[in-house]
Amino acid sequence: MFKIVKKRDWHPLICEMWIEAPRVAKKHRPGQFVILRLHEKGERIPLTVVDKNPEEGTIRIIFQKVGKTTFELGSYNPGDSIADVVGPLGQPTHIEKFGTVVGIGGGVGIAPLYPILKGMKEAGNKLITILGARTKDLLILEDEMRAISDEVIITTDDGSYGKKGFVTDALKELLESGTKIDQVVAIGPAIMMKFVVKTLEPYKIPCIVSLNAMMLDGTGMCGVCRVTVGDEVKFVCVDGPEFDGYKVNFDELMSRLTIYSEEEKIALERFKKAHPEIFAGVE
Amino acid sequence: MAEKKKGLNLNRVEMPRQDPKERIKNFNEVALGYTEEMAIAEAERCLLCKKPLCVTGCPAEVKIPEFIALIRERKFVEAARKIKETNALPAICGRVCPQEEQCEEKCVLAKKGAPIAIGRLERFVADYEAKVGAIEKPQIAPKTGKKVAVVGSGPAGLTVAADLAVKGHEVVVFEALHKPGGVLVYGIPEFRLPKVIVEREVEYIKSLGVKFECDVVVGRTVTIDQLMEEEGFDAVFIGVGAGAPIFMGIPGETLKGVYSANEFLTRNNLMKAYLFPEYDTPIKVGKKAAVVGGGNVAMDAVRTALRLGAEEAHIIYRRTRKEMPARAEEIENAEAEGVIFNFLVNPVEIIGDENGWVKAIKCIRMQLGEPDASGRRRPIPIPGSEFIMEVDTVIIAIGTQANPVVPKTTPGLETNKWGYIIADEETCKTTKKGVFAGGDIIRGAATVILAVGDGKKAARAIDHYLRTGEW
Repeated sequence: MFKIVKKRDWHPLICEMWIEAPRVAKKHRPGQFVILRLHEKGERIPLTVVDKNPEEGTIRIIFQKVGKTTFELGSYNPGDSIADVVGPLGQPTHIEKFGTVVGIGGGVGIAPLYPILKGMKEAGNKLITILGARTKDLLILEDEMRAISDEVIITTDDGSYGKKGFVTDALKELLESGTKIDQVVAIGPAIMMKFVVKTLEPYKIPCIVSLNAMMLDGTGMCGVCRVTVGDEVKFVCVDGPEFDGYKVNFDELMSRLTIYSEEEKIALERFKKAHPEIFAGVE
Repeated sequence: MAEKKKGLNLNRVEMPRQDPKERIKNFNEVALGYTEEMAIAEAERCLLCKKPLCVTGCPAEVKIPEFIALIRERKFVEAARKIKETNALPAICGRVCPQEEQCEEKCVLAKKGAPIAIGRLERFVADYEAKVGAIEKPQIAPKTGKKVAVVGSGPAGLTVAADLAVKGHEVVVFEALHKPGGVLVYGIPEFRLPKVIVEREVEYIKSLGVKFECDVVVGRTVTIDQLMEEEGFDAVFIGVGAGAPIFMGIPGETLKGVYSANEFLTRNNLMKAYLFPEYDTPIKVGKKAAVVGGGNVAMDAVRTALRLGAEEAHIIYRRTRKEMPARAEEIENAEAEGVIFNFLVNPVEIIGDENGWVKAIKCIRMQLGEPDASGRRRPIPIPGSEFIMEVDTVIIAIGTQANPVVPKTTPGLETNKWGYIIADEETCKTTKKGVFAGGDIIRGAATVILAVGDGKKAARAIDHYLRTGEW
């Protein structure tokens, strides 16, 4: 069992937790993730580790409540335990001094981006960070990102904070202003990453993306997370989660994310009925 | 003592099974096991050979004539303990061993077409012992103060752990998934090996003093070097299996509705997707499912598809029935349940609809040519014979390969060109001092009993190494 020691609700839909997982805390490097299972009947879901405290043996996760499992996890409190937390899984990010790095985070994609950018900054890169959210209330980690970035640009879809528009609009401006960029790291919804790569294409600036595929075991055993990268089929869990954004077949990734949409709806509705209190004040 | 039989009794006692029409609607075990009278009747047929050949066919060195003799005396619990002197997993091996290629093949009555049903008897006594609550620990040797890490809790790992615990060593088993058992839990379906039986055998091994730590992916969560240098383990046994799925490399394999057999079976067995939405993990099978492959895993997958409600469940196999690697019993079970076999057929493309879901599989007909390296006749495509089968689900069950995570993170541990760990056949010693390996990770996907056999050899060699320090 893995005990939750701290919890913070950024928003009714976005939740942060510190969880006791000493082995993971000791080994984790930026870019890696964990798989967790809440209880005996739970499913296994991947979540990226945002931060760790190896001395205390804890890891920090931030997640958005979208389906049954994430709403259920969000209802857990400090002192409660999660049945299983396994990791760190996946390949760590390749961090080196590139020069100027632009980090682009969309929605809760900002969470996994944070440790990577922290690493990039520590490696001596100049760091420009673009953070995007649907609306001001859904923006996370702004202060922490400001603390490590040389420049932060914020966009919201509705214009409630920062620039109105998408992260790609801010990126375009940056590119057109002639800023020299050596490396981009983009993490967010698949559609966002796809358009970040499109925007970068004419400039041929390298771009790492981190993929949020569906997973089961997370150790390369089942292959549900497979995605076409260039002309090869890769497993996100062991070959990734990071890949060269130019080579990823995002349409395929997005399609595969919908395999169980129907079942996800059934599970969520059933959970809502059983636990209306968890959904009070949401939407 | 049992009296000596005069003539040969060639009437093998059949084991009752669930009716095929009923069993395809549930996940309960198909085989129902012998009654006491059936077991005694079958045991009575045994000739109790002076030089028993059956034993030579058993990688787990089970004392077969001895335990059968005890059954004849109605000493069922003692019979179970006799097996457990050499094999910690009788209820499992009694169910999933291919006895027809092992002990039963060597039985002198096999020549007459009616070998003693050793597997059924083994299973009977193991279940009997559990039923009457008589499970008892063997004598455990005084503590040696040595620590052994076992990586992977499948049949090889469980065997090593049990044998070393009895010899007085401290054993910790590390498992990547959330439940011990490895392939016994994620791979083999409930209807062939009920999970309570695996749990029971794991509990027994725990009772010997073995500790289990789940949710540890060795190579990621902790490396083998760390286990030895930082956590004080004196030896390590690697029994991680051959867990990585092989796909065919044909167009359409990333379409929705295509599964590896590993994924399909893991969802259902480990995650209990057949109980969705009570359990959170979903699975989809549609109306028509096709399973590509001809081994035991393919049979497990196709029979699972039927039970999940597929109206049609097909096997697509590129050779003929004769070459199928699956156990005859499993093929018969699948046939009785209504599985449709398509022989001499090989998929060339999976075709999707406009939303990315599988709608058909394009296949080509094959003919058999000269024997290949495996000794089986090589299938050759017949030009122009392509045809299309409409299906909603495609499950690829053409085999598995080594998962590279342990070898890649363990300096000094050498692998062969297929990625399997190089280990001595007799001792399971790898190229790295103090590290042993066995089961599928040294030879590729095989059977539970071969893994058990490796586990026994490795345990002996590890014990010797720990006591003498000789490598």
